[in-house]
Amino acid sequence: MPAAKAPTSLRRLFDEIGTVDHVGIEERVAKYTTRSIKKKSKVFGLRLAVTMVDLTTLEGKDTPGKVASLCQKALTPHDVGDIPSTAAVCVYPAMVKHAKKHVGGTKVKIASVATAFPSGQAPLKTRLAEVHAAVNDGADEIDMVINRGAFLAGEFGRMQDEIAAVVDACGKATLKVILEVSELETYDNIRAASFLAMRVIRPNDFIKTSTGKTSSNATLGNNQVMLEAIRDHFLTTGVPIAMKPAGGIRTAKQALHFLTAVKETLGDEWLNNRRYRFGASALLNDLVRQLEKERTGTYQAPWNFSDATEGY
Amino acid sequence: MSRLHITKTPKCYVGGAFIRSESARVAELHDSSGAFFANIPQCTRKDLRNAVEAAAKAGPGWAKRTAFNRGQILYRLAEMMEARGVELAEAIALGGSSKADASREVAASIERVVHYAGWTDKYEQILGSVNPVASAHFNFTVTEPMGIIGIIAPDDAPLLALLSLILPAITSGNSVVAVASTTQPYPSILLGEMLATSDLPGGVVNLLTGQRSEMLPTIATHEHLRALSGAVNAAERQELRLGAAESVKRVRLLKAEEPIDWFAYKMQGVEEIRALIEFKTTWHPIGA
Amino acid sequence: MAKKLTQPTRELVFGDLWEFDPAPESADPKLKKRYDLFINGSFVAPHSGKYFSTINPANETKIADIALADTQDVDSACAAAQRAFVSTWGRMPGKERGKYLYRIARLLQDRAREFAVAETMDGGKPIKESRDFDVPMAAAHFFYHAGWADKLEFLAPGRQIAPHGVVGQVIPWNFPLLMLAWKIAPAIAAGNCVVLKPAETTSITALKFGEICQEAGLPNGVVNIVSGAGETGAAVINHPLTTKVAFTGSTDVGKIIMRSLAGTEKKMTLELGGKAANIVFDDASLDQAVEGIVNGIFFNQGHVCCAGSRLLVQESVAEQVLAKLKRRIAVLRVGDPMDKNTDLGAINSREQLTKITELVKTGVAEGAEMHQSACRLPTKGFYFKPTLFSGVSMSHRIAREEIFGPVLSILTFRTLEEAVEKANNTAFGLSAGVWTDKGSRILKMSTLLKAGVVWANTYNKFDPASPFGGYKESGFGREGGKQGLLDYLKLI
Repeated sequence: MPAAKAPTSLRRLFDEIGTVDHVGIEERVAKYTTRSIKKKSKVFGLRLAVTMVDLTTLEGKDTPGKVASLCQKALTPHDVGDIPSTAAVCVYPAMVKHAKKHVGGTKVKIASVATAFPSGQAPLKTRLAEVHAAVNDGADEIDMVINRGAFLAGEFGRMQDEIAAVVDACGKATLKVILEVSELETYDNIRAASFLAMRVIRPNDFIKTSTGKTSSNATLGNNQVMLEAIRDHFLTTGVPIAMKPAGGIRTAKQALHFLTAVKETLGDEWLNNRRYRFGASALLNDLVRQLEKERTGTYQAPWNFSDATEGY
Repeated sequence: MSRLHITKTPKCYVGGAFIRSESARVAELHDSSGAFFANIPQCTRKDLRNAVEAAAKAGPGWAKRTAFNRGQILYRLAEMMEARGVELAEAIALGGSSKADASREVAASIERVVHYAGWTDKYEQILGSVNPVASAHFNFTVTEPMGIIGIIAPDDAPLLALLSLILPAITSGNSVVAVASTTQPYPSILLGEMLATSDLPGGVVNLLTGQRSEMLPTIATHEHLRALSGAVNAAERQELRLGAAESVKRVRLLKAEEPIDWFAYKMQGVEEIRALIEFKTTWHPIGA
Repeated sequence: MAKKLTQPTRELVFGDLWEFDPAPESADPKLKKRYDLFINGSFVAPHSGKYFSTINPANETKIADIALADTQDVDSACAAAQRAFVSTWGRMPGKERGKYLYRIARLLQDRAREFAVAETMDGGKPIKESRDFDVPMAAAHFFYHAGWADKLEFLAPGRQIAPHGVVGQVIPWNFPLLMLAWKIAPAIAAGNCVVLKPAETTSITALKFGEICQEAGLPNGVVNIVSGAGETGAAVINHPLTTKVAFTGSTDVGKIIMRSLAGTEKKMTLELGGKAANIVFDDASLDQAVEGIVNGIFFNQGHVCCAGSRLLVQESVAEQVLAKLKRRIAVLRVGDPMDKNTDLGAINSREQLTKITELVKTGVAEGAEMHQSACRLPTKGFYFKPTLFSGVSMSHRIAREEIFGPVLSILTFRTLEEAVEKANNTAFGLSAGVWTDKGSRILKMSTLLKAGVVWANTYNKFDPASPFGGYKESGFGREGGKQGLLDYLKLI
């Protein structure tokens, strides 16, 4: 069978979008980690981060009960301190209908990983059917994985066509396109894949770093590459794309570093949960814990926070 | 009846051509017995200026030659000198050296040329370096010629001293404007002829004869000369350094008022080359 | 090559939605009210009894009184250095000397934060830089050279070497402690003793370094610090006992030193001014190039001799690079140097601020287009906004003179040859930057650029192992690496 479209060369794509220097990116993001965020600005940042969390459970052992408690946590991350709810819960398609019972009609959205997550290695028809099913069950947002094989083989047309097909299948649901950066390996590839995806998705759809299921996930480095891609795409086309780093962000301090990157790369219009999310689970409790510390002035023990997933 | 031999008109080697001074001035040169030998061009600041122009033209091409090629050319110079060794010795003896001393100076001079012919493709490996910096960068230091070097030879050792000053400069790709011994200029005239037949590109070495004192102020202040190397007296050193200050020239001057053993081993080598090169350090990230 | 992304249709908003609270560094710089000269291992009052004030350029308040050394003080310092050289330091085995350098390095690390705060107070540089760059790098220089002290024979194979004796050193105000380390570490590792004069506006960390020498048990007289202005420096340079002189500062003063030493046989190394070209080709990774440009010109408020003050951009990407630069400087934080989030601190002195202001005025008068970030500057203290000039040509003063401030002149070029020609069209030759994705072009550019340091796809990187120094009127000699160290030894 012929490929969907003749592959364009990566070189030609870079001529258009430019390349990324690895060491330069690392140096840039190291500066974010030296930002010292104190007092009110810290509370603002932590609360903002809470509202950006896609509280996630993606395990084979997930049950309706687990999802129920996840939803509860997303709605009310802590019993005191006036902590805002998270942006969304993120679950497997089979769990969407259970989540719907708990967060349907609230501010908390239901996101679902579809398209044969995490590998994407299923026939397109199957993947699209999964998207339809999740949307029909009430998913507000779909997190899809790109066809990394197609990308690495240079079949960019095929990769983009598949994303476009998922966009169609989403209907009104927001789409988040997972690049699975660890499998793309280089910053150049991440930039290229970001552009290929952004060109076929809609305003305020997302590009997302990772599934959380491979060896490496979101880093300040790949986050920066994607933020810069979003910026350049926006400035060229006027189309704002949203961003979601996922996996590996476990501490409040890390989250503040990521937000600093957003502040200094994309500016104020991306400092909200329509344009920026964290795909995380443990992060939420650390954010809440640090907020409680700021509120009470006392360092907090982990057992004061529900659903502590980390053995501190 | 014996044949009347043809005398040679000494000319300076500048820009690959043999010139008389633009001033048309000459000075009589006598042999050790006091008999007239020849008229030597008395170069002026304008000749010096022209020589610098010639050196500037030739320099970049010479610097771009491969190290191997520069070595071949220097070795070729040794071949040319060897073939005319007797003539060189006679030229040195004009100044009063004994025949034996003159021959010894010629031999040492040729050895010195061979010595530097061997350095062209090696000094970089001694002087340059790859530097282990504490970051994700590849960092290396290479040498580059400084550009045009002004050379002021002392009066004695008219061949060996002149060559000892010129050779380390051109080994690394500099070009040279050299003022030969004021009192014993004739060996430099012959050296010019040998340079001309050595495959050395014209203009790389430019040799001027005449009164050092007349050319010194211009050598000191000419901004295009990037370094000065020579053996001069205290007053001349001060004059050269004062002039050099105006354009931050590198200055390397030996004391002519003290005896210099030009035959000594340490008068040659990689440290002599080092004195007339620049170090350039390049950084590049190591990434993907 | 295809033209890259076209003109923006929208702009980003870098507002105050999430403004950072002040985050002042609170470590104690342990300052004294009065600093005496450090001569022969002790702090001594100046012979004249005269002191001058040093102020904090961030708020113009006085910090301390600094001893003013006159010729008599310099004479005692040189004599102490000579005694130390003859009696102890010059004859000490290299491995023992090295141990003192290791001690100094460790002590600097121990007191790193204290020194960083003192450096920022006295000089105006952001605490982020003094903490993360100046002080650690100063310690690194002592570590690096400590290890050389017993290996000097590898520097000049086949030749005998020896220290010069007493070395006179004069350093500038832009990296007070780091320049001290660049000067003192190789000098004493090689077996010399030193008399160093810090810059008039930034003496404190140099005199605090005297304390480090005491704590390290360094033999008396090996390091002597004499504070003062130009006259004190001249006394050090011209003192008959200093047989080697090392100077970092302006090209004008470098020339004065060369003239004043013309009648002597003193050895010299001079690290002078620069007007570096930072060259961006259209295939470069532009965001990293922009980061490098920013780092190249705004690092230490542009008070850097190797600052990338002339940006040469290939025409096809010039608009894009300018737009990116404007966006980048919009998020640079200018203000209190002691705030941990400050990217650009205070200009070192009123005098320097005046000079920058005047040169910027000529840029505007000569018709270049000025862009400044919208940041608010503190009302007290010496500050200057990050400034870009576009439409600059090679004949503009701002393209030729060293401004030594946060001011970038942007020029364009079409071909490699034109870029090289413009880059080399200056009497300076300290450093240069090249940004391109093409490896062979980097090596070609590196070969063609007449500069002692070439940063390719990076800028303003320093390391003790990496030789630093200029071509042409940017001075001679190198600092750092084996090449720099040999300048502190003589061949016998």
